[in-house]
Amino acid sequence: MKALCWHGKLDVRVDNVPDPKILNPRDAILKITTTAICGSDLHLYDGFIPTMEAGDILGHEFMGEVVEIGSEVKNLKKGDRVVVPFTIACGNCFFCKRDLWSCCDNSNPNAWMLEKAYGYSGSGLFGFSHMMGGYAGGQAEYVRVPFADTGPLKIPDGLPDEKVVFLTDIFPTGYMAAENCNIQPGDTVAVWGCGPVGQFAIRSAYMLGASRVFAIDSVPERLKLAEAGKATGINMDQVDSIFDALKELTGGRGPDACIDAVGLEAHGMSFDALYDDAKAAVYLATDKAHALRQAIQCCRKGGTVSIPGVYGGLVDKFPMGAAFGKGLTLKMGQTNCHKYLAPLLERIQKGDIDPSFIITHQFNLSDAVEGYRIFKKKQDNCIKVILKPN
Amino acid sequence: MPATSEMSIGRETQFKSDGNAKGVSSKGSSSERDHPTINVAANERILSLLGGVALTLLGLRRRTTFGAILAAAGGSMAYRGSTGHCPIYAALGTNSASKMPSSEEFNDHGVHVEQAVSILKPAEELYAFWRKFENLPRFMHHLKSVKVTDAKHSHWVAKAPAGREVEWDAEIINDEPNKLIAWRSLENADVHSTGSVRFVEAPIGRGTEVRVTLEYLPPAGQIGRWIAKLFGEEPDQQVREDLRHFKQFMEAGEIATTKGQPAAR
Ligand SMILES: NC(=O)c1ccc[n+]([C@@H]2O[C@H](COP(=O)([O-])OP(=O)(O)OC[C@H]3O[C@@H](n4cnc5c(N)ncnc54)[C@H](O)[C@@H]3O)[C@@H](O)[C@H]2O)c1
Ligand SMILES: [Zn+2]
Ligand SMILES: [Zn+2]
Repeated sequence: MKALCWHGKLDVRVDNVPDPKILNPRDAILKITTTAICGSDLHLYDGFIPTMEAGDILGHEFMGEVVEIGSEVKNLKKGDRVVVPFTIACGNCFFCKRDLWSCCDNSNPNAWMLEKAYGYSGSGLFGFSHMMGGYAGGQAEYVRVPFADTGPLKIPDGLPDEKVVFLTDIFPTGYMAAENCNIQPGDTVAVWGCGPVGQFAIRSAYMLGASRVFAIDSVPERLKLAEAGKATGINMDQVDSIFDALKELTGGRGPDACIDAVGLEAHGMSFDALYDDAKAAVYLATDKAHALRQAIQCCRKGGTVSIPGVYGGLVDKFPMGAAFGKGLTLKMGQTNCHKYLAPLLERIQKGDIDPSFIITHQFNLSDAVEGYRIFKKKQDNCIKVILKPN
Repeated sequence: MPATSEMSIGRETQFKSDGNAKGVSSKGSSSERDHPTINVAANERILSLLGGVALTLLGLRRRTTFGAILAAAGGSMAYRGSTGHCPIYAALGTNSASKMPSSEEFNDHGVHVEQAVSILKPAEELYAFWRKFENLPRFMHHLKSVKVTDAKHSHWVAKAPAGREVEWDAEIINDEPNKLIAWRSLENADVHSTGSVRFVEAPIGRGTEVRVTLEYLPPAGQIGRWIAKLFGEEPDQQVREDLRHFKQFMEAGEIATTKGQPAAR
């Protein structure tokens, strides 16, 4: 089959690889109908995530048709159309039972790698480095889905792929980011980053009752899309101080919640350090946590900073004093994607939201390399790329 | 293995007589072992003194080298020792302490590992699975087979490089249903070893804490020292991975893998 494979920094290629096989009783094989490129894939593309190996198949946002099931998969049958959460989870462990699906104990075959870095390992992820399990991703014609009796959600006929494919990651991610803000009536929310995650965070914040949402970025078309979602855009290149702007916009109090939907490209994150010594510092460039520092600085006293943006190692100059002094709550993590599939599908069906608003580009899988290039460079007003294998 | 020793809260707190002590502890390298001292210590720590065959079985990276040495040593490995006293056997209700190695010998070559894992299943289920020793090779990767020969005895076969095998007979020395299983190799075994697994009910909704102790003693002399050295850094990780696989088997019904999946290489 054809698959988009990582070969090194800024080097992805569409290769011919063998078709996936059932490897465990709870596996299923999907024929992919739609897949997407995520901001997280850019971290891989840019070469900042350790434990990638040349030839790894990327992609964690995908949906398709079940073409094969393992002996223990009872809830799916061939021909079912499903979306698949990007976190891989067993459904039976302490964490899965508590809806902490991204903390699943049993899905990362390389858990020991992350244990050395983090103490304990989170769940496996599709197409996202070997320390996250090394699972082949879904920017391909077919994909193997482990624990297929737990993750995938069947999609009723009549809903096009474009409306539901983002249930796999960015819609739940934006939603969880807003949910983590514990929004109370009247609350204001500021969102750093108007990429796909930020866009869904903005809309989710309103769904959860925010009174006003402020959106910060420097890319005009992304700010425009945020404004289309009723946010007040703040172009960081055009204001002297984001702090002052937000202070003024909130009547001097500061936003009740701040969302960092930018994340951090792990510059200087050393593979060796991560791997060899749990105690060793895994240094990141100090200016890269800029959005996070700002979010902490701008947040009102007693407020919440919610962090869906990905971080990998250490953040230097973390404003702990400000966080402590204002009594902030910090919430973060990989999305517990499974938890949100059904309720968010319901919202889509009810018409609360049509996630396809985010799509700016569609390519054939064979042209995925071009998709990466323009998404990375934000060329041609690119905000979200979907890929069609056929 | 810093990751594991960091987690240690010390053996003293580990196996309280009520069996409910919290915390994990692990000790791998022979150089830092304090077995003889503990040997003299109170009964509440007895379980930490149990050991196991399993290290010959639980290999990860080093198993190949170790296996090679074992194979090279062959059946002629002279097992010296068996003079040390051993309160654990007495404490576990057996009186065959005479086969335990001397403290001195243990210091030189032995390997001692303790690991714990929490599994969201009742103790009865976990005990039942483990008690069927035939199941052990399903998660202990270096084991080829275990054959139960009678109520107390079993025959163990471990993989060694180049298709060789290492075999020995073992006996159960303690068996408390749903709580504890302890075993050890028989007197004539090339590799002296003991092991125990204890199933401790965790607080409500948290399943069972499974605590495993394994002790391994290769033959005396230079070969033994090599083995101890080779194993110095690995046993904890090996046992940890095997216990992880046991947990995955019990909770998820399968062991997570990516072996056999496609890639462009
Ligand atoms: N937590 C999760 O499970 C999860 C899931 C998906 C994505 N993510 C992460 O969320 C982040 C965003 O993903 P995306 O797909 O939207 O990526 P993206 O790269 O398309 O969007 C990031 C946006 O942030 C803007 N930006 C950069 N620096 C900024 C700053 N200092 N202040 C304000 N805006 C700034 C960029 O212009 C861009 O529009 C990434 O880190 C991604 O890895 C996390
Ligand atoms: Zn994603
Ligand atoms: Zn789980």
